[in-house]
Amino acid sequence: MALLVHVRNRLEAQGIKSEFVGASEQVQGIVHLYEGDVHLPPPKRRKPESALAQIGRATVNVLIEAQLVFAFFGQMLISAIATVRAPRSANWREVLPTMERTGADAVPIVILINFLIGFVMAFQGAVQLKQFGANIFVADLVGLSVTRELGPLMTAIIVCGRSGAAFAAELGSMKVSEEIDALRTMGFGAMPYLVLPRALALILVMPLLTLLADLVGLLGGLVVGLTTLDLSVAGYITETRKALTVWDVYSGVIKSGVFALAIALIACQQGLATTGGAEGVGRRTTASVVTILFSLILLDAGFTILFHAFNL
Amino acid sequence: MTEGILIRVTGLSIGWDDVVLQKNASFDVARGDIFAILGGSGCGKSTLLRYLVGLEDPTEGTIEVTGIGRPHLDGGRPRFGVMFQSGALIGSLTVGENVGLPLQEWTDLAPEAARAIVRAKLRLVGLPGVMEKMPSELSGGMKKRAAIARAMALEPNLIFLDEPSAGLDPVSAVELDELILTLNKSLGLTVVLVTHELPSIFKIVSRCIMLDRDSQSIIARGDPRALRNESTDPRVRPFFHRTPHETKEG
Ligand SMILES: Nc1ncnc2c1ncn2[C@@H]1O[C@H](COP(=O)(O)OP(=O)(O)OP(=O)(O)O)[C@@H](O)[C@H]1O
Ligand SMILES: [Mg+2]
Repeated sequence: MALLVHVRNRLEAQGIKSEFVGASEQVQGIVHLYEGDVHLPPPKRRKPESALAQIGRATVNVLIEAQLVFAFFGQMLISAIATVRAPRSANWREVLPTMERTGADAVPIVILINFLIGFVMAFQGAVQLKQFGANIFVADLVGLSVTRELGPLMTAIIVCGRSGAAFAAELGSMKVSEEIDALRTMGFGAMPYLVLPRALALILVMPLLTLLADLVGLLGGLVVGLTTLDLSVAGYITETRKALTVWDVYSGVIKSGVFALAIALIACQQGLATTGGAEGVGRRTTASVVTILFSLILLDAGFTILFHAFNL
Repeated sequence: MTEGILIRVTGLSIGWDDVVLQKNASFDVARGDIFAILGGSGCGKSTLLRYLVGLEDPTEGTIEVTGIGRPHLDGGRPRFGVMFQSGALIGSLTVGENVGLPLQEWTDLAPEAARAIVRAKLRLVGLPGVMEKMPSELSGGMKKRAAIARAMALEPNLIFLDEPSAGLDPVSAVELDELILTLNKSLGLTVVLVTHELPSIFKIVSRCIMLDRDSQSIIARGDPRALRNESTDPRVRPFFHRTPHETKEG
């Protein structure tokens, strides 16, 4: 019946007259129930938006989102200062379990990915360097690129996919099921109770994961050196130590701390901004991963320029 | 019953984004009242509660909670309990931890004592033996009762309940009414609740307001029993007599 009414309404919208006639008493009741005897006013057509307007609106939206993240960062700093003043008010109990979830549980995948990255880097480099008989410089290539760039960045990408998405989904579903509101009525602010422990855990754990990534990345290079370039273990290690300064490792670790902050910040901000049920949680989780990846690349470029400017 | 105004609402407008649900609403809740917010589904009762407990900031009008204020908004010890329509138990904590959460944060009770209080509160709402269960293992009605226990954990003088007895079987619902009535009589607990249960309204509610979405205003206020007998408003009468609205046009 609902379908019939719909068809009639569509016909009427196109200017074709149609009526239900000759229905029995009982059927008429149903027709009435679905408002089949009501004549609708003609629907208004909406004009589709032009491509230019869409691009403009998308740009404005990106700017608004960026502004929201910065505002969130400000709130987080205020909350962090308040927490330092009154350490009892924070939810320290959640830090360790979160470190385990985001750090310890990520170790296998960090090892696997970074080993392969080191391996592939060395392999590709070796093909080129062999032509010049410069086999040993594979150690320099792998050492520098892994510690300065790939170690921190790949680790951040893994953590973004694991923990960033998890934070956003977790906080998002808490938001839509009114749990965040309930906490607020009990005197627990979302910042000190949920966001700060997560941010702290990530900032503590990411540099460690990055050091691990550096190590297995170098190992990946070493394996290639041993198997296809006829280098010795001692030779490879000596060359790596010659090529690397302590700062190369430090700079990567510093970067990873900033990456950790960015991941926690954006994931929690997106999670807490969730509206609209399960579908909203999905949308925000996707948005947070995309935003984090974009910001990681942006931050990395920023660091490269910064370090270059100071000749580091 | 102690006299005096506990909550004073003046000229309040509520809504979501650009949807206005109520305009210029004013009412008082007296100390010791069991105060009901009534109205059709979707007219903004839960939304009004959100404003009353401070989760939304009024753009127009003021809400005063005399004497106690709303310190939880600045991370202070909450002075009243709130139960949400969905229960809103924290999914990652057990039921016991949920009820004990305010105790653990805002009192210096030893863990053993806190557990004993939690157990007592759960027994009060008719939920013995669910301490170690996760909220996802409870039924809808059980979640609600656990949420009531959580709202009462700190023994506040004021409590907000959003449809406490919806989804409960008749026996539990009556027991809940009795509980509210007892706490009100013996401790002077002030209760602000949203409910649709007519028997419960007539039995426990001392004063009520009825919201209407179309006119965005309060269309009735006072003692629900008097409203049932005396109101002639075509929007109010059907509610208290459980009859359908007159259908507009034929
Ligand atoms: N988070 C929200 N965002 C936007 N609009 C909302 C939101 N929550 C509720 N609304 C709208 O506000 C109106 C009132 O909702 P509310 O939950 O206050 O109704 P209610 O009176 O409690 O209804 P019920 O008796 O069914 O619980 C609804 O029409 C709904 O569309
Ligand atoms: Mg409601």
